[in-house]
Amino acid sequence: MNFIALKMLVGDRAKYIGIIIGLTFASLLITQQSAIFVGIMTRTFSFLTDVGLPDMWVVDPQVQYIEDIKPLQDTQVLRVRGVAGVQWAVRMYKGGLKARLANGTFQTCVVIGLDDETLIGGPPEMLQGKLSDLRRSDGVIVDAVGARGKLARVLPNGQRVPLRVGDTLELNDHRAFVVGICRITQTFQANPVIYTTYSRATTFAPQERKLLSFVTAKAKSGEDPQTVCRRIERATGLKAYTRDEFKKLTFIYFLKYTGMPINFLTAVALGFLVGITIAGQTFYNFTLDNLRYFGTLKAMGATNRALLRMILLQALTVGAIGYGLGVGAASTWGILLSGRTQIAFRLPWQLLVISAAAVLFICLSSAALSIRKVMKLEPAVVFRS
Amino acid sequence: MPATLQSNRDEPKLAVSCHAVTKTYGRGTAAVQALRGVDLEVRAGELLMLVGPSGCGKTTLISVIAGVLGRDAGDCVVSEHDYREMAELETTCFRGRNIGFVFQAFNLIPTLTAAENVAAPLIINGMKRHAAVHHAGEVLAKVGFDERMMRSFPQDLSGGQQQRVAIARAMVHDPRLIVCDEPTSALDSETGRMVMDLMRRVALGKDRALVVVTHDARIFEFADRIARMEDGRITKVENPPPRTNESSNGP
Repeated sequence: MNFIALKMLVGDRAKYIGIIIGLTFASLLITQQSAIFVGIMTRTFSFLTDVGLPDMWVVDPQVQYIEDIKPLQDTQVLRVRGVAGVQWAVRMYKGGLKARLANGTFQTCVVIGLDDETLIGGPPEMLQGKLSDLRRSDGVIVDAVGARGKLARVLPNGQRVPLRVGDTLELNDHRAFVVGICRITQTFQANPVIYTTYSRATTFAPQERKLLSFVTAKAKSGEDPQTVCRRIERATGLKAYTRDEFKKLTFIYFLKYTGMPINFLTAVALGFLVGITIAGQTFYNFTLDNLRYFGTLKAMGATNRALLRMILLQALTVGAIGYGLGVGAASTWGILLSGRTQIAFRLPWQLLVISAAAVLFICLSSAALSIRKVMKLEPAVVFRS
Repeated sequence: MPATLQSNRDEPKLAVSCHAVTKTYGRGTAAVQALRGVDLEVRAGELLMLVGPSGCGKTTLISVIAGVLGRDAGDCVVSEHDYREMAELETTCFRGRNIGFVFQAFNLIPTLTAAENVAAPLIINGMKRHAAVHHAGEVLAKVGFDERMMRSFPQDLSGGQQQRVAIARAMVHDPRLIVCDEPTSALDSETGRMVMDLMRRVALGKDRALVVVTHDARIFEFADRIARMEDGRITKVENPPPRTNESSNGP
């Protein structure tokens, strides 16, 4: 019966293609919009992902997410070092500073100040220069996207010249000398990221009583970072998070306090509706058109179970094709644009499963209407002209 | 006059035996009594035509005989099986093995080739696709189809050719009974006679009976007996007019 089902399906070209187009668009919209959403959300904590070595982040108790800097006193690092189970703890500065560009305009940059001695928390990948070059006078490392983009020099003819090693720039009226170019995970704000030492960063920054953004720390071998975090909280009165806890805090903040989820959810719902209406309606019409033949098969001895299997096979076939085409189109779109633009696109396997489940739901709901119609069909209908 | 036939040891077995069959559509004031106590017997090897004016209950009666419609009262035994004693699934399977259908509008699945359409009853009964299509080809050859025509789709065939495919489909699984609803009404006179001739020669067999519902008086001569219906009853069973020779052309 399977081959009869498939030939019935494929033989009606217009409806077959219509159903597949509907499901492809649904799958494309659901997958692509979700992937962009996940991409953007991942960028909200990309800094935490890039800083690999520490497994604990100590911050002011009022901090709500990674960009929410509430400075601490420099001495807090010493208190954290004194907590049992902490192997090491270092200072880190993170703040927004204005860079003066060659054409006289200003560009806000994210400046990261690393512990002077260890340089812990540096960029994950150096493209030019070495991390230790930060020890050179006025040395800074600039992220490649920023160097090519917002920090690039614009010539009178409009051509953009990327910032290179050896160039200088002005950060809050201080000279900074580019000693390296690095690659980092794109951040949510998409501002250029500049790495330097903690002491230099605090020199660049406007003078405040407290400038320490985070204390990053590592738990001793065999110690559970979560337990050590709770210990740090009790000992210092600060808030300590493991990397995953801090990521989660940031993620939840953006979910709760920004309009992003609802915007993307609307787009995903639209994709779902497109699937239900176009594919569902066309599939139902396909069944109605073939009702006479289902009735004929029923009269000739096909059981309800056999007809049920036929309709499910038809629905799952168009579902699989539509899903494959949609996910393929979304992936191709993501791969092509990710290489050329800074679009946030991340397609983890979980998203593929969710998208597949959504398409499956669309197919099964469409099939359910058709199945109901065919199950209730009296075989005597075949004698009615 | 009751339209029953008494079977004895010299006569062939009964393919269909209906006694006092009634069927009503709808309820209350909207109720329409389609069958009002039908008595009918059809012998194996016999072609019985069921004739009568529109709305007299012919289609309802063959629906009951074919097991696609339940009756309200009376007995209906087909090939020694009473539908009333069977569960729905049993009835469906019984139909699949023992009943063949020929429809007025052919009801061939347009996306299947002629051979695949004919193979459908075999596939329903569990035969593998390739074997079924191969066997369907052999049966189609009996109704005059060549290889090219077997691979044709219904819309590429003439009305007469489509009805030949439908006849092949009705007999491919060697059923005990074939029911035909107005098999010639969509065909011109000559093609209609050719189709009936084919049904007599190929579809009718020693152990197989044919019940044909028709309005078409031009094909009455192909019947072994004619049962006339009126107002939900069999009013008369008669012998057909003598056959002419003009219909003896091959398919």
